[in-house]
Amino acid sequence: MAFAMLAALALAIGVSACGSSSDSSDSTASETSGEGAAIVSNPDNAKVSLTIGSKNFPEQEILGEIYTQALAAAGYKAKSDLSLGSETVAHKAVQSGAISGYPEYASTALTSFFGLEPEDVPSDAQGAYEKAKAEFEKEDLTAFPPTPFASANAVGTLKKTAEKYGLENISDLEGVSEKLSLYGSPECRQRIDCLAGLEELYGLKFKSFHPVDISLRYTVLEKGQADLSILFTTDPQLSAEKDKFVILEDDKHVFPAGNIIFVTTPKVVAKAGPDYEKTIVEVQKGLTLPVMQELDARVELEKQTPKEAAAAYLKSAGYTG
Amino acid sequence: MTVATPLFASFGGAIEFIFTPQTSNVTGGDTVGGIDQVLELALAQLEVTVLALALALLIALPAGLFFGHRGKGELVAVGLGNAGRAIPELGLIALMAAVIGVGLFNLTVALAILGIPPILVNTFVGIREVDRSTVQAARGMGMTELEIVRKVEAPMAVTSIFTGIRTATIGIVATATIAPLAGVATLGEFILGENVYGSNGVLAGAIVVAVLALVLEFSLAGLQRVLTSKGLKLKPA
Amino acid sequence: MASLALPLAAVGEVGEGFIQERTGQVCQQKPSHLFCWDWARENIDRYGTPTLQQLELVAISVVLGFIVAFGLALLAHRRRWLRPPLLAGTGVLYAIPSISFFLLLLPITGRSRETAIIALSAYTLQIIFRNVTVGLDNVPASAKDSARGMGMTERQVLWRVEIPLATPEIVGGLRIATVSTIAIATLAVFVHAGGLGTQIYGEANLHFPTSILISIVIVMVMAFFFDAILLTIQYFATPWRRARAS
Repeated sequence: MAFAMLAALALAIGVSACGSSSDSSDSTASETSGEGAAIVSNPDNAKVSLTIGSKNFPEQEILGEIYTQALAAAGYKAKSDLSLGSETVAHKAVQSGAISGYPEYASTALTSFFGLEPEDVPSDAQGAYEKAKAEFEKEDLTAFPPTPFASANAVGTLKKTAEKYGLENISDLEGVSEKLSLYGSPECRQRIDCLAGLEELYGLKFKSFHPVDISLRYTVLEKGQADLSILFTTDPQLSAEKDKFVILEDDKHVFPAGNIIFVTTPKVVAKAGPDYEKTIVEVQKGLTLPVMQELDARVELEKQTPKEAAAAYLKSAGYTG
Repeated sequence: MTVATPLFASFGGAIEFIFTPQTSNVTGGDTVGGIDQVLELALAQLEVTVLALALALLIALPAGLFFGHRGKGELVAVGLGNAGRAIPELGLIALMAAVIGVGLFNLTVALAILGIPPILVNTFVGIREVDRSTVQAARGMGMTELEIVRKVEAPMAVTSIFTGIRTATIGIVATATIAPLAGVATLGEFILGENVYGSNGVLAGAIVVAVLALVLEFSLAGLQRVLTSKGLKLKPA
Repeated sequence: MASLALPLAAVGEVGEGFIQERTGQVCQQKPSHLFCWDWARENIDRYGTPTLQQLELVAISVVLGFIVAFGLALLAHRRRWLRPPLLAGTGVLYAIPSISFFLLLLPITGRSRETAIIALSAYTLQIIFRNVTVGLDNVPASAKDSARGMGMTERQVLWRVEIPLATPEIVGGLRIATVSTIAIATLAVFVHAGGLGTQIYGEANLHFPTSILISIVIVMVMAFFFDAILLTIQYFATPWRRARAS
């Protein structure tokens, strides 16, 4: 009986923080929409400041915004510090305490931080998560459970290029790659799930490698400068422009897919209380592959801001009012 | 003193980066930096600057001489100079990369666009400021218009023309720093590539760019002094 | 009360219609999209804060640069020997590319806005110093002599005769400095000091010509606007020139 009353009371104290970190400890009764407001603002969290970081491309910025807005809805003083740089820069930022945490792909963590060979990356999300978490704990970091969706690097090209050279798998590039130019991010050269892997594990040599900003990865294909470009499997352009771009099959499994795990420090976890992990784990449950692609499409194709896309997601999935 | 020690550390690290190849303090396990790589990128930046400057000179110098000699189009020239100064270089490079595409040719054109206004305006104004009576005397002596430009007006306008060239060069070499946004590897690789080269690399890039720009500026200043005829030099500054 | 924060329902599915069918292409997606008017109309408010940030940086930098350069020019006005070193010094600051200057200062000042302001001010020094100096030099000796003849002290001659007569040159220098600084301040994004550079380089806009174009246009319009304002100020500050012209 008492519990039912408590539940009814809690229902009545629904929160509508709606992504604004300025009214973080608001617990007024309000209308709820959708499936019911799932994130409740806890006044205890108001004294905790969190800074959520991200890497420097749209999918990461969307995730960063989702977590920031969700944590703000839970009552924290949450702010974002997005687009820090590549994984190494973000990694350093969380280690130094400049940020509280950021979303990382389990596969990237394992191959880039912990030196795992791509074939040793567990192909199941839970396995990869546990392995990454164990490694993070050795550096006094920790990670939260994974998102439903996973993303991976991919070698992409124009459909007509693929048809011209008969390219379906990356291995098909053998003997052909010497004639082709590859464009990727500057750090691609050193990453085993990027150029380094293509050279060492596929044994491919390219005519040239050109570092370009990640935002130009499709532009260089379209303008004809790049024969091949490093893309992401979650890219919205791949489904929106199916007739134009294709990605080659990663037959040697050099580009492991990674689910997002939120990397943070035990110190912040202790300071922030149980709502920290709970909120993050809850809010990412709706991020299935189609949903993430939809969010990516809104930002990359329609040029909405990551903030807007994140807010729309949180609202539609019923996390915020 | 507490600020100074980390300061010396960061500049020290950057200087080391310039001269010694080292394992990147960011990506770990990869060799970056060192004098070879630094010189390679510095040379690339110099090349791009020279190319763009040449293109700008090719277009702006004759135009400035022609219109300056004729005395027509002062408003256009000055307006162009003003407009040129107002162009944000980052925007120009990014626009070129997004619309036309990355690559050396496109970059050279974009840089030349930045270099044309100062050369054009300063050449124009320099020619205009040549004493008209001198020009008349030359005409009276039977010189053709072309000869007047070549032998009378241009030499007397050298100071102004050179100032324009120096301004253009400073602008071009500065913008060539962000050439990696247009797919051309210059010292901007270090500056924009913290992911790869680390904070040491960024600072190192900034130092070398500054040195390169200053070397260019002093060389041009010296060249200007050599080319300015003695008669002009005797004039009060 | 920690239990209150537990989610009550297993929400987590986006509503119907959230995931959209993307068959046709919006203007923003098309590779040939030079400018998307609809998107621009809807999103123009994005450029408000960056524009204000850039203006703020420019205003502070130009005022600071002017005060310093003007002071230096006055100092060197009577002491001619100071000119070559000051010209050389400000010349060095002018020649160092701004983005390089920004990053060189960052370890020293540690904070982005201050770094941008110092670097931008330094860039304006040579232009303003040179123009003020030339302006003061060009004041006809006769004007100064008459003033002295009327009993003015040297200081009064400077402030009541020389500087007013040098106004066109001084304002000319200020105009050039302002226009240049407005354009260069776009680079402030590289030291995280905000500005319109964020709409060019940041937010994955490098492949989005519309945003780049809007930013370029705003920068150039701002530059012309302030140029015109300064020109107007110059016009009203020099009534004797207008009299002469008529």
